[in-house]
Amino acid sequence: MADEKKQNPLEKIANSQVWKSIFRTGIPVTRRQRMMAILNNVFLHLHPVRLPKHAVKIKYTWCMGGLSFFLFLVLTISGILLMFYYRPTVEYAYTDIIDLTEQVPLGVMREIHRWGAHAMVIAVWLHMFRVFMTGSYKPPREFNWSVGVLLMVITMFLSFTGYLLPWDQLAIWAVTVGTNMARAHPFIGHEGPGASLLAIGDINLVHAGSDIRFALLGGRFVGEATLLRFYVLHCIGVPFIAMILMAVHFWRVRKDGGISGPL
Amino acid sequence: MAKPTASIGKNENSTTDNSVDRKGFISWMTVGWVAFSAATGGFFTMMIRFLFPNVLFEPPQSFKIGYPDDFTKGMVDIRFKKKYAVWIVRDQSGLYALSTVCTHLGCTPNWLNTEQKFKCPCHGSGFRKTGVNFEGPAPRPLERFKVYRAEDGQIVVDKTKKFQQEKGEWENPESFLELA
Repeated sequence: MADEKKQNPLEKIANSQVWKSIFRTGIPVTRRQRMMAILNNVFLHLHPVRLPKHAVKIKYTWCMGGLSFFLFLVLTISGILLMFYYRPTVEYAYTDIIDLTEQVPLGVMREIHRWGAHAMVIAVWLHMFRVFMTGSYKPPREFNWSVGVLLMVITMFLSFTGYLLPWDQLAIWAVTVGTNMARAHPFIGHEGPGASLLAIGDINLVHAGSDIRFALLGGRFVGEATLLRFYVLHCIGVPFIAMILMAVHFWRVRKDGGISGPL
Repeated sequence: MAKPTASIGKNENSTTDNSVDRKGFISWMTVGWVAFSAATGGFFTMMIRFLFPNVLFEPPQSFKIGYPDDFTKGMVDIRFKKKYAVWIVRDQSGLYALSTVCTHLGCTPNWLNTEQKFKCPCHGSGFRKTGVNFEGPAPRPLERFKVYRAEDGQIVVDKTKKFQQEKGEWENPESFLELA
C-alpha cells in the first residue's frame, strides 16, 4: 500500500482500470510488451511491429506513401467540413463555393481541400515512381503493386469528380470533355467498338440514353443529375472503396516482408 | 455391402436418427450457396438498373420548332441552341438541324454571323454554315439531326436520329427538309 502512494499522476492513470481496459498491455517496457502494444491496436497492427533501419531512410522512401495517406486524412477532414456549407444543386453549387471562400470563417478550408487534392495527386505519382525505380513492385510485392495501381486510379477519379463540384464553366466543360471518353468504351459506350452488335433487330440496346456514360452522368449531358452523382461519388462512394483498398495496401506491405530494401 | 461401424459411441444406422450426415450437409450447403449467389446476383442487377431512371428531367429529344415561314433564307437560327443544342440553318433549297456539339471534344461552338462560321471557344475548331469543318482540331463535320413536317405543318427535329457527313448520310432525305 505504501508503494501506491508514491505513484505519480501519470502512473496512476496508466494503472487505472479505464486505461488498462483500452491499452491492455500496460506501459510497454519489455520487447514483448512493445510488440503486443502494436499487435493489440486495430490501427497500429496494420503497420509492422518492427522496422528495418533502411525503411526510415527518407532518401530511400521519400515518405511519399505516408504523405499520400496523410493528405487523404487532411482531405477527408476538410472535405467533411466543406459538406456543412456546400449544396450540390445547380442553383446553389457555384455560389456556395464563393460563400466558402468569401464569407465562411477560415475561408482557407476550401483552399486546403483544393491544394491538398493537387498535392495528393503529386504525392501518389511520386510514390508510384519511387516504388517503380526501387524495383519494389517485384515478387513478392506484385499483388500490392496492383492494389496500388487501383488506388492511383481512384485518386485520379476522386480528383475528377471533385473538379465538377464548383460548377463553373471550367468544371462543366472539363467534365463534358472528360466523360466523352466513356462514349468510346467497348460494348458499353454507345460510340465504342462492339456497341452496335448489342441490338435486337434494328433496335440498339446501347445508345446515348443507356450506356456507361449515361450511368455516370445520370443524363445525356452534364446537368443537375451529374452534379448530384459526382457529389455522392466524391464524398461517399469512391472514398469508401479507397479506404478498403488502403487497409489492404498497408496490411500487405507488412505481410509481403515489409518495405523493400535498398538495391 | 457391409457398413464400417465406428468404434466410438453408439453409432446407430444413420437412417434412424434425424441428424444431418456429411452428404446431406454438402447438398444443403450447395442449395444454400446457389440461392445466396442468385439473390446477390439479382441485387447486383437491381443496382445497375437503379442507375438508369425511367423519367429524365431533360428537354425532349424530339420537338417542334415552328413553321417554315419562321426561318429566313440564308440565316442560322440560334434560338434552340441553349435548350435543345441545335442550330436550324435555312438555306436556299431547304432547312437542316445542326448539332451544337463540337466533334473535337464536345464543347459548344458559337455562330459568328460576320465571319459566317461556327467557332469553338475550347480549341478553336471552325465549321462552315453547312457544318463542314475547315480549321482547328475538329476531325469531322458537325452532325445533323432528322427533320420532318408534323401533321399540323410545323417542323419537327428528332435528335435520336443523327446523320454524319463523312458516312455519306447527308444524302439521306431525312437529314434535310426541302422547302420552296
